[in-house]
Amino acid sequence: VEQTVEFGAATGVLSSMWLLIALPAAGAAVLLLAGRRADRWAPWLGCGSVGAAFVLGLVYLFQLRGLDPRSAELNLYDFIHVGRFNVDVGLLFDPLSAVFVLLITGVGFLIHVYAVGYMEHAPRDQEHESAATARRRFFGYFNLFVAAMLTLVLGNNYVMLYLGWEGVGLASYLLIAFWYSRPSATTAGKKAFLMNRVGDAAFVLAIFLMFATLGTVNFQQVFAGVDRLSTTTILVMGLLLLLGAAGKSGQFPLQAWLPDAMEGPTPVSALIHAATMVTGGVYLIARSNPIFSANHTLQTVVVSVGALTLLIGCIIGCAKDDIKRVLAWSTVSQIGYMFLGVGLGGAAYALAIIHLLSHGFFKADLFLGAGSVMHGMKDQVDIRRFGALSRYLRITWLTFAAGWLAIIGIPPLSGFFTKEPIIAAAFERGDWTSWLFGGAALAGAALTAFYMTRLFVLTFHGPKRWTDDITEPHESPPIMTVPLVLLAVGSFVAGGLMVWRDGLVHWLTPVLGEAAEHEPVIPHGLITTLSIVVTVLGAGGAYWLFRAGTALEPQPAGPIVTAARNNLYNDAFNEAVFEVPGRWLTRALVYVDGKGIDGAVNGLAATVGGSSGRLRRLQTGFVRSYAMSMLTGALLVVAAFLALQYGWLR
Amino acid sequence: VVEVKDFPFLSVLTVAPLVGAAVVAFLPGTRSELAKRVALVWSLAVLALTVVMWVAFDAGGPRFQFRESYPWIPDWGVRFTFAADGIALVMLALIAVITPVVILASWHDAEPSRRSVPVYFALLLALEGTMIGVFAAADVFLFYVFFEVMLVPMYFLIGSYGGHQRQYAAVKFFLYSLVGGLFMLAAVIGLWVAGGHTFDWQALTQIDMATTTERWLFLGFFLAFAIKAPFFPFHTWLPDAGGAAPAGAAALLVGVLDKVGTFGILRYCLPLFPNASRYFAPLAFALALVGIIYAALLAVGQNDLKRLVSYTSIAHFGFIGVGIFAFTTQAGTGAVLYMVNHGLATGLLFLVVGMLVARRGSALVSDFGGAGKLVPLLAGVLLFAGLASLALPGMAPFVSEFLVLVGTFTVNKTVAVIATSGIILAAAYVLWMIQRTMQGTLNPTLTGVPGMHRDISLREKAVVAPLIALIVLLGFYPKPVIDVVNPAVQQTLQQDVGESDPTPTAANPEAAK
Repeated sequence: VEQTVEFGAATGVLSSMWLLIALPAAGAAVLLLAGRRADRWAPWLGCGSVGAAFVLGLVYLFQLRGLDPRSAELNLYDFIHVGRFNVDVGLLFDPLSAVFVLLITGVGFLIHVYAVGYMEHAPRDQEHESAATARRRFFGYFNLFVAAMLTLVLGNNYVMLYLGWEGVGLASYLLIAFWYSRPSATTAGKKAFLMNRVGDAAFVLAIFLMFATLGTVNFQQVFAGVDRLSTTTILVMGLLLLLGAAGKSGQFPLQAWLPDAMEGPTPVSALIHAATMVTGGVYLIARSNPIFSANHTLQTVVVSVGALTLLIGCIIGCAKDDIKRVLAWSTVSQIGYMFLGVGLGGAAYALAIIHLLSHGFFKADLFLGAGSVMHGMKDQVDIRRFGALSRYLRITWLTFAAGWLAIIGIPPLSGFFTKEPIIAAAFERGDWTSWLFGGAALAGAALTAFYMTRLFVLTFHGPKRWTDDITEPHESPPIMTVPLVLLAVGSFVAGGLMVWRDGLVHWLTPVLGEAAEHEPVIPHGLITTLSIVVTVLGAGGAYWLFRAGTALEPQPAGPIVTAARNNLYNDAFNEAVFEVPGRWLTRALVYVDGKGIDGAVNGLAATVGGSSGRLRRLQTGFVRSYAMSMLTGALLVVAAFLALQYGWLR
Repeated sequence: VVEVKDFPFLSVLTVAPLVGAAVVAFLPGTRSELAKRVALVWSLAVLALTVVMWVAFDAGGPRFQFRESYPWIPDWGVRFTFAADGIALVMLALIAVITPVVILASWHDAEPSRRSVPVYFALLLALEGTMIGVFAAADVFLFYVFFEVMLVPMYFLIGSYGGHQRQYAAVKFFLYSLVGGLFMLAAVIGLWVAGGHTFDWQALTQIDMATTTERWLFLGFFLAFAIKAPFFPFHTWLPDAGGAAPAGAAALLVGVLDKVGTFGILRYCLPLFPNASRYFAPLAFALALVGIIYAALLAVGQNDLKRLVSYTSIAHFGFIGVGIFAFTTQAGTGAVLYMVNHGLATGLLFLVVGMLVARRGSALVSDFGGAGKLVPLLAGVLLFAGLASLALPGMAPFVSEFLVLVGTFTVNKTVAVIATSGIILAAAYVLWMIQRTMQGTLNPTLTGVPGMHRDISLREKAVVAPLIALIVLLGFYPKPVIDVVNPAVQQTLQQDVGESDPTPTAANPEAAK
């Protein structure tokens, strides 16, 4: 394994790389603080700052190509320096962060442009805020997101990564709850933030563990020190990072927030909850590859999470009727493939990143296409009420078709070149688990073909099943269709270009390392054939079933479909196990604190005080409760004290 | 040569607000506008002087600076001794920043009470003076006196100008503090006896004590500070006081005055009773951890915004307690930084809640609902304050919370893991509060309230702007404060307590040298 753990210092043009973050951050600050006077030009500032960052990203990329080692590290200033704990505000531009920068700013720019058109009119229930003000707020949050996401991928240490990590979480919260007078939107925003916080708590614990064992949180020093860590430490550190990654990327067991996040405006779903932010977990694991590669058990856990989640996403995706939710579950599932890839390790790290990039194109294309459909259909999202739209929304139809063929993996579109290698890699794991994970990946491919074809056919083909208020759906304006076309082109060719002569794999080698080849349990050619066959079968089956449309309302179904419609009861589980007991605990504690310490105790004290009138007159009534609460408290404290003293809490 | 650092900053800073209080108090009740302006200008002058003092402070210099000492009661060895280390300096700066902000925020707060408006502002200045005194004192008896006197202005602020149940809350606040103070007085006298009849802090750190004596004296001080901070289970006075106090006074109470408790532990318990501090550290951990979880859960369940904020503060004080008793430089510096940042963040939260309560005429969460539609900018400020309170990275409280937790983790993983779960609960109480008050369907009763149709005013913008700016600035660039605090914390831990940071368990053998 050949790997650079030594980063080069940023010189020349690259020493201005902080501009990548500063431009969108400044955009966000201006848009959010300038008030209504900025309403008119807000979209152009919002797009401009991201577009400028993209151009800069290209410039830096060309600089990076000529460097040896191929990395540029820039420490701007002391962030937190206390004793041995020393964190810089430091950036790292290397092959991995470079491709992320281009994805975030490139696809991000297209989605920003699309949003100029999409956000022009506010929905009907949002008339308390002028559409122009809402759009300014929207672009402010959008720029904030881009700045945070770039911080996430450019930080040269785990604290900077965490800073961006939480920043994108904030932007995601603000944008999911963007229509803040809709209860469902605010609940979804809160759910996303809270579930992410569970992952974040694990993530910070991993950072603490790095500092406690290695005395540093810098990538370079942490990676250099991995071989000094015990197996258990690596396992615990990796599991904590994995839980953090699962929260951000909507992976099992923290996947439930992502589909609800579709409450946000559609460009948000495209940029944050499909193309970029939710891939943050994949980035975290790929970036931490020296840690994950150091422990086989850890890798097996990552692979299992990926395989399980990709199946969960597919199964639920088959049962959903909301166009955005189907796409959301497909995101969960596709990121499952990426987790599978980074879990397999070795060469599959790069495969996962390549799939992440091509997914960025076709999923953004699909989401923006869905937005265009909704735009033409008065915000209808139920695919049971679409049909025959290919005749009315020609551009949307064609671009959506590109995304559809790309995601199911029909050659020569992007998805084929990027997903099939992951399936093959799963079969190459080398022991009996090859069959398990390879089989799961293959089954996922068939299911993906099925539910995506169902979505495509029900939306664009078959008979009209429109609601009565729709007579003539209209195609979106050019400001929305031009980004769609560009993304469709990307969905078509990006995958092939990236795997051309293993170009991107070589590009990423300095970060992700080179791997020994394993022999697959079945020949590679057979795997390729199989994955195409199951895809065609899945797609054909869906076409056969849905070519003539479907019922307008969900029909009664067996236990599996019902379970899938209910997100495999994950929400019900969370509610029964965490929410309801939490609510009761909170209520009980409020009662104890108010009535117990200040009330019931008051009553007890009153009995004592009642025997002595003189004493009672001296007291104001509060001293008694004070004394009793002290006593109650003292008992609790003694108990806790003993617990700590005798070691079983240490 | 007379240098800037020879100026008697600390005594002047203590006395100046008290003089200002006297001036404002004697203005006739009809001249309330004048009283407000005098109070504001006076507090700004105090701020200006504090800024000069900050600049004159030499971060790499002696531990205590600006020392002054004047005789007071020679027979007992009591002196007016003032001195500031980095920890005291940042607390003084916090007071100096918050007080003018609170005065400006309280512009109309005294009017509904039908009591004298000038007296209200005089009380705020008097509170500032006594709080500066308590942090600047370097004589144990002088500290005790300020510790008790400080109660008086706050008692009247709550009892005379507060809201619902103000008398109950004020008396409860006073009694709790007084009882704590009595324990401390006993310990102060014990210390005087044990220490050879002196109250000088410096001299007292040098004395040897029997183990039992040391533990009892520690407990006397600790109890007073634990009530003041407050730590679980001595906390029940705070939600009542915070709920009843006018918003500005509540911001001062929770943002600054309560910090005397945690400051006292750092300045008095640790240096004077190092062995007892180590002995009782598990107890303090237990109290702090219970506080973090218990108070956060209670905050989730509150239906009164001011009580809710009070409970969040109890949870935050738990983090400070953990940080102090972990005895590492990261955790200790984090704890001090936490005191400052919490003052800014919770101060802001209390003030913006006050603005909402003043408009609505109620602090009940259920009386709001969807209010963001009517007052979007205030909703935005509330969200910002809430995010600061949950220690979002990029805001000042993140730096302190992270330092506390990382420093604690290196010495006690269980404590750090339990405390870290508090960050999930913090998100829960903040976001649920925002959702119930600002988001969702508009509560129909709100449209009938005229005040709810006025978004943030220019004066209110001037109130929140400096706090927001400081929270963001110290969130991205905490170095100026860390550089001042860190040496003082290191000296406290290494010289006084005798603890040094653990070496990383898997450190590079070469780098560890």
